[in-house]
Parts: sequence; C-alpha cells; structure tokens
Amino acid sequence: MSASSAKIPAPPAPPPATLRRRHLLGIQGLSPEEATALLDRAETFVSQSRQVNKKTTTLRGRTLINLFFESSTRTQSSFEIAAKRLGADTLNMSVQASAVKKGETLLDTAATLNAMRPDMLVVRHQASGAVELLARKVGCSVINAGDGSNEHPTQALLDALTVRRRLGRIAGLRLAICGDILHSRVARSNIYLFQMLGAEVRVVAPVPLLPAAIERLGVSVFTRLEEGLEGCDVVMTLRLQRERMGVAFLPSTREYFHFYGIDAEALAAAKPGVLVMHPGPMNRGVEIDSQIADDVSVSLIQDQVEMGVAMRMAVLEALSQHLPGGAPEPAEGHW
Amino acid sequence: MSTPPLLFRDARLVDPASGLDARGALLVREGRIADLLPGEARPAAPDGAIEVDCAGLVLAPGLIDMRVFTGEPGAAHKETLASAARAAAAGGITTIVVMPRTDPVIDEAPLVDFVLRRARDTAIVNVLPMGALTKGLEGETMAEIGLMQEAGAVAFTDADRSVADSAVMRRALSYARTFDALICHHAEDPGLARLGVMNEGELSTRLGLFGIPHAAETITLQRDLALVELTGARYHLAQMSSRASLPVLEAARARGLPVSAAVSAAHLALNENDIAGYRTFFKTSPPLREEDDRAALADALARGTIDVVVSCHDPQAPEDKRVPFSEAATGAVGLETLLPVLLGLVLEGTLSLSRALETVTAAPARLLGLEAGRLARGAPADLVLIDPECPYTLTAAELQSRSRNTPFDGRRFQGRAMRTFVAGREVFERG
Repeated sequence: MSASSAKIPAPPAPPPATLRRRHLLGIQGLSPEEATALLDRAETFVSQSRQVNKKTTTLRGRTLINLFFESSTRTQSSFEIAAKRLGADTLNMSVQASAVKKGETLLDTAATLNAMRPDMLVVRHQASGAVELLARKVGCSVINAGDGSNEHPTQALLDALTVRRRLGRIAGLRLAICGDILHSRVARSNIYLFQMLGAEVRVVAPVPLLPAAIERLGVSVFTRLEEGLEGCDVVMTLRLQRERMGVAFLPSTREYFHFYGIDAEALAAAKPGVLVMHPGPMNRGVEIDSQIADDVSVSLIQDQVEMGVAMRMAVLEALSQHLPGGAPEPAEGHW
Repeated sequence: MSTPPLLFRDARLVDPASGLDARGALLVREGRIADLLPGEARPAAPDGAIEVDCAGLVLAPGLIDMRVFTGEPGAAHKETLASAARAAAAGGITTIVVMPRTDPVIDEAPLVDFVLRRARDTAIVNVLPMGALTKGLEGETMAEIGLMQEAGAVAFTDADRSVADSAVMRRALSYARTFDALICHHAEDPGLARLGVMNEGELSTRLGLFGIPHAAETITLQRDLALVELTGARYHLAQMSSRASLPVLEAARARGLPVSAAVSAAHLALNENDIAGYRTFFKTSPPLREEDDRAALADALARGTIDVVVSCHDPQAPEDKRVPFSEAATGAVGLETLLPVLLGLVLEGTLSLSRALETVTAAPARLLGLEAGRLARGAPADLVLIDPECPYTLTAAELQSRSRNTPFDGRRFQGRAMRTFVAGREVFERG
C-alpha cells in the first residue's frame, strides 16, 4: 500500500472460508464457525460483483454442472453466474423427468455425469434426501440446491447475509417465517441457520401447513399472523406451493391472503422498520401484497437475489479447496 | 417307497402347543412324528434308523410364516417360490403363506392352483397361498373366496392394500363367514397414507418427508372391528405398527370378537430412527414407528395381545430401492431374520423361548387350521434345530433370498436355525 495515501486502509479481506466436508448438503452439518466464515467471505464477493471486472480465476479449469430435476430460473442462474465470476466452465442440465421417464434412475444419471469428470455438481431434486443419495455416488463436490422439503442451504445463507448486511447482526433478532412451512425446504434451512447464529425463530401458518412436531425444532409456533409478527425484526414469507398439494390444505387462496397475506396492515404488528423477505418466485396477492413486495424500504427481495450470487461464490470457493489441487499449499518450514 | 426312520437324539424338545420343554428324543417315520420321548435323551434307535445327534440344541416345530411376498408369478427377478423357499429353510421356516400380490394377482381358483403346483415342483418348504379378498386387489369387487378356498387358499387378503370402501369390506367379511374363511387385512386408511412414506412426527419433519399418522391404522382397525361385530367373521390384522392399536384390539377381544393380530419382526427390532440418512431398506408398509411403539408391541406380544410374528418378507430389486426415499418401494426381506429377531427378544428377557416360538408355530397353525406347528404324534415332521445363543454377524451377501434388501445387514445376532426338516426330509443344514 502506498505510504503517500491519506486514506484509512480498508480492513483486510477475510480469507476464503474452509469447510470440513466435500459437499454442502444442508445447514445441518455446518458449524456456526463455518457458516460465519462463509458469510464473512461473501462480503468480498459482493464487492467483487459490483466492480466492472467481476471475474477472478479461482475456479479456472474447473467444470461445474447445474443438474436440475425441478425447474428453476433464479437459483440455477445464480449458481451459473457465481461459477462464471470465479472462472469456472458451467453447464446447465435440466432433467425434469425426461431421462427418468426413459427408465434411468437418479443414480444412473449420477454415474453418467460423474464419468464426464465435473468438479462440482449443483443439484436440485423434488425428493428429500435425493441430493445426499447422489453425493454418495460421485467423486466431485455436490451442492444441494434444494431437495424436496428437506434443505436449501445456499438460500438460507444468502438470507442470513442479506439480513446481516442490513441490520448488522443476526444474534438477538426475531425472525418470523410465515406460510407454507410444511412443504418448504427454505423454512427448514432458515430455522437451522438463524437459530445457529443466535436469532429467535418463529413460524406462523395455518395448522395444515405446519409439519408435525415442528416445535421440536426449537421454534415458537403461531397460527395468527398478528401474534406471530409481534416485535419481529424480519418477516420471511414463503411461496404457497400449490403445485405440491395433492389434497387441498386450504379452502382458497383468497381466504389465505385474508388471514396470512403480508401487507402493510399485517406488518403493523411487527417492530417499526421491519424488513420483509421472500425466496421467490412470489405469488403476488396470495402470500404477499404487491405494495410491500415492491417497496424497497421494506422489501429485501432484490437484495436477496444479489446476495445469492455472492453467497454462492463463497460456497463454491470454499468447496473448491477439497478438489484435487485445490488446497492452498502449506507454508514450507512452518511449525 | 418307504424312507428310513429318523431319530433325533439328545435334543431340548420345545413345543409351545403343549408346553413341553424337556431334554429327550424324537422319532420320525414316513414324514410324520412317530414318537416323542421326553426324559430319554439317548434311546435305542429302531432298525435302519438315521440318527441325528442334537447335542442339546433346541428341537422345535418348524416355523410358519403367515406373510411372505414373492415375485412368482410376474417378478421372478425379485424372488421365485423356489428362492423364497430356500431362504425360508435357512431361516428355520417350514411353511410360508404367500401373498396374492403378484402379477397376475392370485384372485381366481386356477391361480391358487398354479401357485400350489409351482411350489410342489420347485419349493423345498410348504407353500400355502392366500387368495385375494377383492379382484385385482382393487377393493371394489369381491373375489371368489369359496372357489379359491376349495382350491387350497388358506385365507384371504388384499395383501398390502386396505379396502377403503366400508360396504365392500362388510360384504367380504360376511361372505367369508359363510365359509369360515379367515380375513387378513392391512389396516391403513388409504387417504391418510396417500402421501406418506414414513411415520409422522418430529423425524419426518426433520427429514422433510411426508408422514403417515398413527390414526391411519387405528381408524381402519376400528372400522374393521365394528364390521366384525356386525358380521361375525374371523379377522386377522396383518401387521400392527402403532401402540395406539393395542387398546382397540384389546377392547374387541374383551367383547369376545374373533380377532387376532400379527406384528413383523422388523417392527419388533427397529424403529423410525433407523431411517436416518434416508435409508430405503428401512422403508416398510406400515412404516416403522417410534421406539415407544416398538417396545409396546414387543410387550404386547409377550402378554398375548398380539398373536403372531411374521417376517413380512418383501423382496425388492436394487433399482426400486436405490432411489430417493419417497420414490423407493416399500418392503424388506425377512425370512432369514424372523427367528434371529425372536431369539434376540428371548435373550434380552422380553419373551420366553416357548412364547417366542409359539408366535411362529402354534399360533399361526391355530389361525390357519394347520396340523403343523407342534411336536405331537402324528403331526408332520416339520422341524427346526435351533442354536439359541450362537453369536454371528449377518451379512446381506450370505442370504439365500434372490433379493438382498435386508435392514439387518451387518447386525449382530445371537441364535439361528442350524438344520431344517420338512416332512422328515432335511432341507437345510448350516455349513
């Protein structure tokens, strides 16, 4: 650094996060230290992504495959951009049951892809546990981009990053997760992560959308929105997954909006300055009112998307250290 | 053609039907038990007799397994009657009752006859078919119970399906009573179980899997027992999984209804926590439930509230199990672990040896009206020689079954079948 500079030197960038495991399958299995290191490192990538030259060479020569058995625009493109900004080659594969219809099993697909020697597989699947099953059968790093109703770890990490940047901390905050908890992997991963980082987590939903014994996960449970939102710093509302509902869980979406829709009136119960999040894609007028969704002083929805890229860069970088040739050389003679 | 007499010497004769448990000998002639000699460990052998020195091991009636799925006809890659029979023999089981869930479904007399003929030609143990209760197991139209019974079906069941329509169930029960036929029913409300793949509770929430509540079983069981009260038919609960079913069954018994129940060895040895990590070999129907359920079912078995233990042997191919949990087939092989699981309950003190063996010999024989299942003069010489305490580790690779989907791979057991005889003929000897 130039000695003539009068500027106060910026704090040193945090080092790349390290993870004990080769895969990121869920928040369960991460330690608080690992999660915090990932969040710290992601800050660097927020800055990098705001520069004109957004690209580094950390993953140069690496191949990342996005393997999506369920369609997704947001998550898939977020991983693709994150990988490209780190210099990796990326390939998007949407399977969506086409190969499965031809009789190929998940593990057949995994074996085929594994033979192409990718370095990282980002996998989304409609069945809980499917990504873990696949991870056992491949030689590369696997990142869970959502499995059934189980986990979606990078979503929770990006949500935590978004909140931390806006409010400066996670510990001590009160978070309400509202809506379709039953079908939601986002809810589960966020419950695990925000609790791990010291927040109080509530769930708010009509009873049929609450999974059995959800209180055993350490959350407090509310069925009335105004009670659930009381004193909350952050309200996270979830997409009502109508496509997953075999038997109707609710009489109608208009009744749902009446009792559980996040609008200005409902937010009056929360802490002044409350922030609203949604993992997307939104059902406007079902779980969230458009005025709230589009009000940038309340809604963090656009921030979540931006943080998603940075967060995934931090995850990819951390996992790349487990790849052959990926670990930094230990300093010689160090004792 | 006459076969030489067979003398079992120096055995511990255990016959739950008569309460016999004594050191002694047993003589077999022409495939039947000719004499029981308690107190005489080493009697003189009749001329030309083959002697089997039992060295103090347990000699008991061969086991009768009331719930076995095979792949014959229709899915021989999973299991044939021949391979199921080999597995049974290795497990000390001398009679298997096979389920009609095959392709085609065993829902007509000629198909019952087919199973019996295939078994006669290929199987080394006794095979008794159950016929379908409704055509195609579809729960809509009653199958030809009378004709199938005449052809040799020993009971009637929709296998692993529940009859949803109460009117159909009522008519099937009342028609079955005409023939004094036993109805064996899988009690699980199809609506409540529709999306479910495991027990509903904290673990299903943590795994993000849909659960099946206890009420799915108790609702159907309560309905069935109300219909038994209405019709007087003989009813057997194919498999109990929930402790909530116990008071329901006990109340019906107290009213004198002709009801009985079975539990699978898996439900006596495992609980839902074994699923952790989405292990599909632990996906069963009904699902494995909590440890409290397992303990309560074992206790109810000891008390006699539950009558029978079954293997619920259900072979599945790797391609149906090596898939995500919610997409995987249900079922586990069990013929070779039925006896070891029971002996484990004996060793831990939950069951006496006599009670443990009763649940797989005299009890199913009584329900099915079989002359096997006891050590008595004139009874078929279906016998098993058991080492009740030998320790070993089970490995899936050594199973005789054509499918290897056992939840007990790598599990340590104590006690197993050493030799098995059907009608006096040795069908298995542990090498």
